[in-house]
Amino acid sequence: MKALIRYSPLLLLALAWEALARFNIVDSLALPPLSRVAVAWVDLVRDGELITNGEASLYRAFAGLLLAVLFGGALGMAMARWRMLDIFANPLVELFYPLPKSALIPITVLWLGFGDGSKILLIFLACMIPVTIGAYNGARGSEQVLVWSARSMGASRLRMMWDVVMPSALPELLNGIRTALALAFILLVSSELIVSQQGFGYLIGYLGSTGAYEGMYAVVLTVAFLGFAADRLYQILMQWLLRWRE
Amino acid sequence: MARVEDQAGLAAAEADIAHVASRRLDLAFRGGAGAFSVLLLLLFWQGFAHSGRVTPFMLPSFTVVLEYIKNDAIGGDLWINLGLTLYRAMAGFFIAAAGGIVLGALMSRNKLVHWFFDPIISVGFPMPKIAFLPVIILWLGVYDVAKISIVVFDATFPVVTATLAGIAAVEKELLWSARNMGANEREMMWQVVLPAASPQILTGLQVALPIALIVEIIAEMVMGGYGLGGAMMGASRFANSPGVFAGIVEIAVVGFILIKAMAMIRRRLLVWHQETAERTSA
Repeated sequence: MKALIRYSPLLLLALAWEALARFNIVDSLALPPLSRVAVAWVDLVRDGELITNGEASLYRAFAGLLLAVLFGGALGMAMARWRMLDIFANPLVELFYPLPKSALIPITVLWLGFGDGSKILLIFLACMIPVTIGAYNGARGSEQVLVWSARSMGASRLRMMWDVVMPSALPELLNGIRTALALAFILLVSSELIVSQQGFGYLIGYLGSTGAYEGMYAVVLTVAFLGFAADRLYQILMQWLLRWRE
Repeated sequence: MARVEDQAGLAAAEADIAHVASRRLDLAFRGGAGAFSVLLLLLFWQGFAHSGRVTPFMLPSFTVVLEYIKNDAIGGDLWINLGLTLYRAMAGFFIAAAGGIVLGALMSRNKLVHWFFDPIISVGFPMPKIAFLPVIILWLGVYDVAKISIVVFDATFPVVTATLAGIAAVEKELLWSARNMGANEREMMWQVVLPAASPQILTGLQVALPIALIVEIIAEMVMGGYGLGGAMMGASRFANSPGVFAGIVEIAVVGFILIKAMAMIRRRLLVWHQETAERTSA
């Protein structure tokens, strides 16, 4: 009940959308009624188009993000521990941090073409920056006393990274990954809108160019919902991973 | 007794001076190393491009790209594209900033406004709003209005959430004393609440600025026309790889300058705040 009251404005928006389109207050071509969008969504699921394109997109996003987390996390923690690496890698991270990441789209296309590879590389390169910064800030904050005691108890450098530095870096690392997750969705959809033969963005562009606007709205809403759901699920995962902190 | 204290004080002062000096050295060293590693990257780029391992199409050498940018600048195209991209991104950013702060302030003041916008903001914030780009094109076309609109649509959310959080965190004692001294609603908002919330609001703006740039570049790439993103896409369509790399260098420089400028403005505006004092003395 409480949730119903809280989220009722969204319901009101949906009703307003339906009414505006139904009574032709706005051009129903530019804004087809929500009910027709829902029908188009069911059709797209039935004939498999939404599923196959969705699978392609999610695979790209996941692969790129996974690589970014592995490399970015390792690089960030290594930078925090080894001063020489920090001194040389940090300026490069600072140089690439403010780069509007979408500028990488044409370059990755130039290198790897229109397929999966260019999207995965794009998401990997762009998402690595926030993950690296998160891991770096987190690992730098890890208490020196803990590190010293682990060393004195004979932990090897790698072992110490895994058992001491990583857990204390975790909260900031996880926050960096959250930023990366949002960025991955943005870059995925836009790179697919710009150059692709498969994926959500491609499907949106294709349906739009053929005038199938109900279908276009259906895919747009699906992507928006997936981005939202991914963030919510990630937050739950984060809380679970950090449950040992009081 | 007093002598021991003096000595302790002296030792502390000496340690302080040594600390500051070593920090200065460290900063200078870091600055030098920073310039050095950027230089190293450029040298590596140049060397790799000439090594024969990659074709000039995959990676034109840095000097070729610089030459391209120079010609672009002399021909005037660079300034048109740069001006348009900056104009749209900044127009979108400022509209989003003003609108976001106003909406956040209204939400914090009025229960009904809060009830209506709260689910929209909290559901809308994590959504990839760039997916709505084709819808914006359908409604508004492919010119400035459409490009600025998508920037506003994307950049408003972080400003609203930061403003809300900032206002919610203002100390109650501050509000009570201001009210006690007879401040009216308007004075409360402008002279107490917003200034006290400004560090968080500025953080929101610092999140919104890179979003505005990213989205503006995407919009230009999708919609075409003039602008740094559009020029980059055009070069990519004609397999003009120096043009593509020139684009990324130009966009990187613009992003770097804007984001550094924003951080400087933050330090300037928050001179009174303890955060600035901590940063300069630490």
